Amino acid sequence: MLEIKKLHKSYPIGKDSLHVLKGIDLHIKEGEFVSIMGSSGSGKSTLLNIVGLLDEHDEGDYYLNGQLIKNLNEKKAAILRNKFLGFVFQSFNLISYKTALENVALPLYYKGIKRKERLKTALEYLDKVGLKDWASHLPNELSGGQKQRVAIARALVTNPKVVLADEPTGALDSTTTDNVMDLLRDINNEGMTVFVITHEEEVAAQTKRIVRLKDGVIISDELTANNDSFKHAVKAL
Amino acid sequence: MFDLDRWREIFQSISKNKLRSVMSGFTVAFAILLFTLLFGVSSGLGNFFKEAFADDADNFMAVRVWKTTKPYKGLQTGRRIQLKNKDYNFIKDTYKDKIQHQTARVRRNVNISYKNKQDNYTLRAVHPDHQFLEKTIIDEGRFINQRDLKNKAKVIVIGRLVKKDLFGEKPALGKRVNVSGISYKIVGIFSDVGGDNEERLTYMPVTTAQMLYGNNDHLSQIIIGYNPNLSTDEAIAFGNKMERDLRKELNVHPDDQSAVSIMNMAEANQMVGGIMFALTVIIIFIGSGTLIAGIIGISNIMIFVIKERTKEFGIRKALGAQPSSIVGMVVQESVLITTLAGYLGLSVGTYILSLESLREVLEEYFIKEPSVSTTLVVTATIILILSGLIAGLVPAKKAAKIKPIVALRAD
Repeated sequence: MLEIKKLHKSYPIGKDSLHVLKGIDLHIKEGEFVSIMGSSGSGKSTLLNIVGLLDEHDEGDYYLNGQLIKNLNEKKAAILRNKFLGFVFQSFNLISYKTALENVALPLYYKGIKRKERLKTALEYLDKVGLKDWASHLPNELSGGQKQRVAIARALVTNPKVVLADEPTGALDSTTTDNVMDLLRDINNEGMTVFVITHEEEVAAQTKRIVRLKDGVIISDELTANNDSFKHAVKAL
Repeated sequence: MFDLDRWREIFQSISKNKLRSVMSGFTVAFAILLFTLLFGVSSGLGNFFKEAFADDADNFMAVRVWKTTKPYKGLQTGRRIQLKNKDYNFIKDTYKDKIQHQTARVRRNVNISYKNKQDNYTLRAVHPDHQFLEKTIIDEGRFINQRDLKNKAKVIVIGRLVKKDLFGEKPALGKRVNVSGISYKIVGIFSDVGGDNEERLTYMPVTTAQMLYGNNDHLSQIIIGYNPNLSTDEAIAFGNKMERDLRKELNVHPDDQSAVSIMNMAEANQMVGGIMFALTVIIIFIGSGTLIAGIIGISNIMIFVIKERTKEFGIRKALGAQPSSIVGMVVQESVLITTLAGYLGLSVGTYILSLESLREVLEEYFIKEPSVSTTLVVTATIILILSGLIAGLVPAKKAAKIKPIVALRAD
């Protein structure tokens, strides 16, 4: 699903450049629930931005759904994002003047789907995250947890290959954090590949595979107790 | 462009961000309002000037004579100059190709009576061409014609108000009236844009008047309409030449302005033209300045708006919006706002100009029937759409170029 080989990324800072990612190798298969752990400055957000086609890498290869990502222009990137990726951000990034339903329907608009069908599909996904009754509310009428669930519905509505979540619980309290993580796990259990970035151990612990990043390199990559294959392995023992 | 979903997005963005939309719209509406008023007022001024001279033909030229003020060839000052038929013929023969219409005018005060009604009127004895030079409008019957002139016919053409005085609502055409003791047949009734005084006049053949009132060949005035193919400068030169020639003919000092003078509409036209030209230049200058200020205003607001929406664009891009769709959305919104607001300004402006009470006030300041032409409205609309396009396009292109990751970070 996602294959990254010897990925490098630097940011120019004045005359110098900051080497953020120093040769990342990562392979994420379909249906995985992966978290990238790391403190701030470890390069985890940069990695997500590159994976999410929001930023370009300098060196190395990146295959998304078997397709080599190279020299993308904005238009192609937009099409690929719309087709393969769903985003969940720390700060929700809902459009403030659109209702929950319209926010969820927006990616379908860019996919060129007709309005009636858009709204119908969007309502289904809002129902899925338990917010059907809030469809006509504006984001500022929703709680943080609700906003993030709307954002998750929006990420899912195009039925992408991967859901990318950048600190999805960063702005939430512990109860809502658990709700959101439960929701992401449910989605994963239905077969969706979920890719979470976090700096919280408790959040990472709820995923099935933890990749630890430090100073732009992967220092560990292990399966958690949640993982089925891990469970199988334990059973076999 | 006619994507219904796109329009829906735009209407939503406009209606959910009212302050922003109203602000950008207001600048344009106000600029166009000022633009409309300015052009309306200038057209009103133009109308006033045009109408001030509309009474007579605009190629009107009149020969006037009075007493000499300069001695010449042994002749004294204070001598009264008299125009005669020979002067009429002199002009006719000498300047044939420079003259379109020509008439003499003999003026008399007469008493006209019909049955038991009577009053004093001014009589003008003229040639047929007088109709064109005075822009007389024939309501009924006809004007004096060549045959009347030849036969010295006792016919009369009366003004609308003369008819009203003597006949009321009853028909007057073909009836006979008594003009200072002689019976005339009414062959025509006319009206004139020059006002009530002009409609209280009566016309008869110059030959008839010369025979019946004084039995001489005196003329009060000679009026010609110069050939409309002459340029203003040529017409002025022609007037000056004719003035010199006539002074020579009538034995008057070449510089005696009082004895023989020519009132030349070409000179007035030239002056009015000059004033109108200066006025137009000033108004185009101020008007386009106002428009440019409006366009700069909306560009400024659009830059601010796009900065404010950078994050939204980032979100949209992350969700799959292509740069062209962002640019298209912003430009379309900008064009829509400028066009609507511009039309609002235009409508308000036109409405204000059409207010009857305002028109009355303005007329005291030489502004008559101010209005804006269709051409101007169309031009202004095109300018509006273009300016909306430019105002939106430049910042939108810039916004669409921002990487989504940068845009998302914006607050």
